[in-house]
Amino acid sequence: MNKLLTMEELRELRKKAPDEMTARQTWDTQVIVSVGTCGIAAGAREVVTELLKELQRRNIKNVSVTKTGCIGMCEREVLLDVVRPNEDRVTYGRVVPRDVSRIVGEHLVNGRVVEGLVVGRISS
Amino acid sequence: MVFYRGHLLICGGTGCVSSGCKDIIIAFQEELRKKKLDEEIKIVETGCHGLCEMGPLVILHPESVFYCRVEVKDVQEIVDEHLMKGRPVSRLFFTEPLSLDKVPKYQEIGFYRKQQRIALRNCGFIDPENFNEYLACDGYAALEKMLSEMTPEEVTNVVKAAGLRGRGGGGFSTGTKWELCAKATSIKKYIICNADEGDPGAFMDRSLLEGDPHNVLEGMMIAAYAIGADEGYLYIRAEYPLAIKRTQTAISRAEELGLLGKNILGSNFSFTLKIKEGAGAFVCGEETALIASIEGRRGMPRSRPPFPVVKGLFGKPTVINNVETFANVPQIILHGADKFAAVGTERSKGTKVFALTGKLRNTGLVEVPMGITMREIIYDIGGGTFEGKKFKAVQIGGPSGGCLPEDRLDLPIDYDSLVQAGAMMGSGGLVVLDDESCIVDVARYFLSFTRSESCGKCTPCREGTMRLLEILERICAGQGVPEDIAKVEKLAYIIKASALCGLGQTAPNPILSTLRYFRHEYEAHIHDKKCPAGVCQALFDYRIDDRICNGCTICAKICPVGAISGERKQAHQLDIVKCIKCGICLERCPKNAIFKE
Ligand SMILES: Cc1cc2nc3c(=O)[nH]c(=O)nc-3n(C[C@H](O)[C@H](O)[C@H](O)COP(=O)(O)O)c2cc1C
Ligand code: SF4
Ligand code: SF4
Ligand code: FES
Ligand code: FES
Repeated sequence: MNKLLTMEELRELRKKAPDEMTARQTWDTQVIVSVGTCGIAAGAREVVTELLKELQRRNIKNVSVTKTGCIGMCEREVLLDVVRPNEDRVTYGRVVPRDVSRIVGEHLVNGRVVEGLVVGRISS
Repeated sequence: MVFYRGHLLICGGTGCVSSGCKDIIIAFQEELRKKKLDEEIKIVETGCHGLCEMGPLVILHPESVFYCRVEVKDVQEIVDEHLMKGRPVSRLFFTEPLSLDKVPKYQEIGFYRKQQRIALRNCGFIDPENFNEYLACDGYAALEKMLSEMTPEEVTNVVKAAGLRGRGGGGFSTGTKWELCAKATSIKKYIICNADEGDPGAFMDRSLLEGDPHNVLEGMMIAAYAIGADEGYLYIRAEYPLAIKRTQTAISRAEELGLLGKNILGSNFSFTLKIKEGAGAFVCGEETALIASIEGRRGMPRSRPPFPVVKGLFGKPTVINNVETFANVPQIILHGADKFAAVGTERSKGTKVFALTGKLRNTGLVEVPMGITMREIIYDIGGGTFEGKKFKAVQIGGPSGGCLPEDRLDLPIDYDSLVQAGAMMGSGGLVVLDDESCIVDVARYFLSFTRSESCGKCTPCREGTMRLLEILERICAGQGVPEDIAKVEKLAYIIKASALCGLGQTAPNPILSTLRYFRHEYEAHIHDKKCPAGVCQALFDYRIDDRICNGCTICAKICPVGAISGERKQAHQLDIVKCIKCGICLERCPKNAIFKE
């Protein structure tokens, strides 16, 4: 890297720096993928990979992605929950990688639930 | 840049290195690669978290799940269960010593809940070798603020108004020190960071340099700007190789980026830094001895004045501060004096890092607000003494400090209250003693330390500590005479008043404070020839209570010198002449029939 000659350049560098730290705190907005044995069999890992790629493509950083074990709705796997502050927790079912970009774009970015995929809701 | 879903923080501090964290890191790398999680989870090696005794520590973010005493064989389970399936491995959670609750999350552990981290704020949270992580945590924001909008006088005034006092032991006002040095007229001035850390048991300075070296560098840059220095040294003891390595990495990085060197960030401020390795003599932590050592002379103190702020390194005005002092500075500049001064007591502001050790359940490094009571540190953070053991005293301030008894536990701790109580903040060592610790023996231990570390330049310290130690050794050996106490006291006051440097002046403190609060224990040793705690070997014998002994023969079999004899199922006899007082029989007797008398 070149010498930082000015304050401005230091500021620019600092702006970009937090990218490396995003996963070190819990954000209000969370995506929780259930990855029990049934989830993995149904393709949960591919969904997680796609989700991470999608977040990266859209440069979204203030979201925590975590995993949880089987929650007993095995026939509807892959299950993916979206939690946003002061909103209902929404569970999507039978999620496949190609649904991910819609969920991210509609729900995480614009706050519109993708109704067609919803299998459950828990009020906040 | 890859978007990682989770960060696996593995403590790479010296404590965890010695409990095997390097193998854990390799095991995780392999396991993540095998399970194809290496693009999803990032491994970050951090500095010390303070709970070294529970190491190696592994913390998983974003959930902040805290795993302790992780072994290589646990790695696969963590990866399979937690990282693959989202099921945390509760077996490896931290167990609260009192309630025995398993606590999954970092922030909820009692040891951390009462802490307030300013100096240690990034330690254990960032990768100390990754400049960007420091930058992301407001790194060098104080430098930037200072260079763009503050004059050197303003910097000094803020530090003064914040009420920051030196964390190296003396507690002198940092702002005032800087002001004195700024006023000295000289075209050449120096900044020195004192990382000699010679107190037995203290390791806060090491952890700060290992865990967040840029923070200390930034503090030094700010001090240099304030006093008009363009050159600085970090004096780090050679026994701290990891701290030296990480500090060197940080210096090199800062040089590459132009944060050290000429015209930093386009300003008129220029500053360079070097590391000087110390050979590990306690007296070299004393500022004038340290300066002599950097100059290449033998590390011996000289009399002051002139103080280093007037005539320091190579005869030039020099500010010398402790590592922890510097570590507080960037936050003060960034957030202002008021925010810092809001924490603490009337005359001692901010926080202090203590190294908590001895006979209590949680040991480690803790940063707490000034004014907290000893009771809160020992019981709420430290989890109290072990089952069935009674608290006796807390030794604070290392070889210059003193022992406080139970009835001083509610004293709000700050620089002044401790001195009044006969102890001292020192560098922040806290050793908890229970009823199995002998007070006279503890005083003897610290005195033997200062005696062997005395540089020998002045007579009161060189001869005086030797004579004091001789008397204490005699008392511990059961040969004390009634006049000894008065003799010790008189000698102690003479040494305090006449020694040249702080080492000699404070060396009698451990004796004087124990004489103040625990005189009865000295008297028991001298008059009754008894060591109430059963530590001083000459003052007790091992005996077998023949009413309890059922003749199991265990003791007779394990005694290394064959001092115990007896028939099976008959009470055994212990020959006190043959006995070498190793104590094994007492430990192993299933009936607790063996006792000290
Ligand atoms: C025998 C002796 C040992 C000392 N050891 C240290 C030490 O290891 N680290 C330290 O910072 N200060 C030590 N000091 C205090 C220093 O002389 C000096 O006061 C201190 O570094 C000033 O920094 P501060 O104002 O930030 O505390 C020692 C003093 C004496 C008399
Ligand atoms: S007090 Fe002790 S350590 Fe200090 S100068 Fe005298 S002999 Fe040396
Ligand atoms: S204390 Fe050691 S040497 Fe003495 S009797 Fe017991 S085992 Fe033997
Ligand atoms: S070195 Fe790991 S917690 Fe201290
Ligand atoms: S050495 Fe100077 S008086 Fe004894």
